[in-house]
Amino acid sequence: MKPRIEVVAIDCLMVRLFDAIAETNMPWMLAATQRLRSGFGAALVDLVPSYTTLMVHYDLGAVNPAQARALIEQALAGLQPQAQGGGQCHVLPVWYDLSVGPELTLLSQRSGLAIDEVIRRHSAHEYQVFALGFAPGFAFMGLVDEVLATPRLNTPRKRVAAGSVGIAERQTAAYPMVSPGGWNLIGRTPARLFDRGRDGYSLMQPGDTVRFEAVERAEFIKLGGDDTPLEAQA
Amino acid sequence: MSRLLIEASTPLCLLQDAGRFGVRHLGVTQGGALDWVSMSWANWLLGNALDAPVVEITLGGFTVQAEDYCLLALAGADLGAYIDERAISPGRSFILQKGQRLRFTQPFSGARAYLAAPGGFDAPAVLGSCATVVREELGGVDGFGKALAEGGRLVYSGTGGAMKVLSAPDLQPGKPLDVIVGAQIGQFSGQSLFDAFNTAWALDSRADRMGMRLLGAPLQYQGPSLISEGIPLGAIQVPPDGQPIVLLNDRQTIGGYPRLGALTPLSLARLAQCLPGETVRLAPVVQQTAHQQHIDFMKRFTTT
Repeated sequence: MKPRIEVVAIDCLMVRLFDAIAETNMPWMLAATQRLRSGFGAALVDLVPSYTTLMVHYDLGAVNPAQARALIEQALAGLQPQAQGGGQCHVLPVWYDLSVGPELTLLSQRSGLAIDEVIRRHSAHEYQVFALGFAPGFAFMGLVDEVLATPRLNTPRKRVAAGSVGIAERQTAAYPMVSPGGWNLIGRTPARLFDRGRDGYSLMQPGDTVRFEAVERAEFIKLGGDDTPLEAQA
Repeated sequence: MSRLLIEASTPLCLLQDAGRFGVRHLGVTQGGALDWVSMSWANWLLGNALDAPVVEITLGGFTVQAEDYCLLALAGADLGAYIDERAISPGRSFILQKGQRLRFTQPFSGARAYLAAPGGFDAPAVLGSCATVVREELGGVDGFGKALAEGGRLVYSGTGGAMKVLSAPDLQPGKPLDVIVGAQIGQFSGQSLFDAFNTAWALDSRADRMGMRLLGAPLQYQGPSLISEGIPLGAIQVPPDGQPIVLLNDRQTIGGYPRLGALTPLSLARLAQCLPGETVRLAPVVQQTAHQQHIDFMKRFTTT
């Protein structure tokens, strides 16, 4: 493990750990995150992890570029992957239904699988949270069963309902709030994904794992879900 | 406590501070004043912390009436501001007597003005900041990301205020914008690198607090497709159409387009005062040099 360090801005350095997306990256990414946070301490403004990289944004009044580089090298020297159990495991209830997940049809057609089997495969895997981005609490998760991999919609929707669960290529995610979006929608979760009143704000954090659990409409409503069909909200 | 009634506003008039930090790993954008230098000066004029909450007024269309005696300060663009019928230029603190109106008419020079009050305007800190991000429903006077609206109120509770005077800070408007070149720079074509730093770029009207598009010779990226990664403030990303976009305070936190590099904070402050149609030029700068220039610049706020 020899991380590369690249200049990206006056007060940001990119730490590149891998060249490809893989679930096996995560124990290393989590370990590097911890080391960098403690190495920089109060001089750290933000640490932005993504699939293969960690962007270190430091306080330029506290450290200069050379010192920042040295701090990174120091922090990551002899890095070992974090032992299992680093992240939390979440179970997200999902109401898979055509009224809230219209692309179930498309995924079924593309894969040649029955809709029930599409649902079974989506909910069978324990996904890694690779990164958060796009919107507060929006977790990019993977990797989705290759058979279900589907490119984003050609024309993104102007309005996707909060809680919508979607697939893009081999990734899956749930929209924390109403927003535009181009993912293939297959269902909806009643889970509150981002809550300013909660400790840590976001339900999912980088490095967590997630399982989707199919629930019936009645259970979805009981859990606080909004069953308004997608079209009716447009 | 002093109050101002908002009599006219636009979706581009927003409460801002330096931005939201420590939460970007959760997908929360940075936010904050686009021209952080003018925000800092407006606060400095009153002896505030440089990042105290201010109003960012873009292009004008903003009017407040004082419901109490108010001490305020103004910096940044000249947006044709008047106290009742008397014109007032930026770079100074001033008093609004109860009943007097402050209005911003139209841009004469620059794009964004910053209005400060003693101790900063009152607003709840949401995830550590009152920066308004409409898209994320965070910040602002109500805490839920609303732009300042007619009928609303701005309140401040600070007393005193220094009433300092500012000799016009030199923003060097004609100077090229400094770009810290990024790791992917070598993967643009030779012609593109020449064009990037030797031709003029026009600011597109497609510009907001997320980014500003630059129009000019299309830049060709020849490297492999990239995996999304963190995006720093000022990153110049180049989408497949070759027209670069400078990513600003409300940008998404990660993205996968190749980048030329990132503008320095001082250049970003200058860019924030440019209007669509204006042209800018780019110049490469080394990180260490830009760092030292920034540290030197910040001394002005302590020694002036």
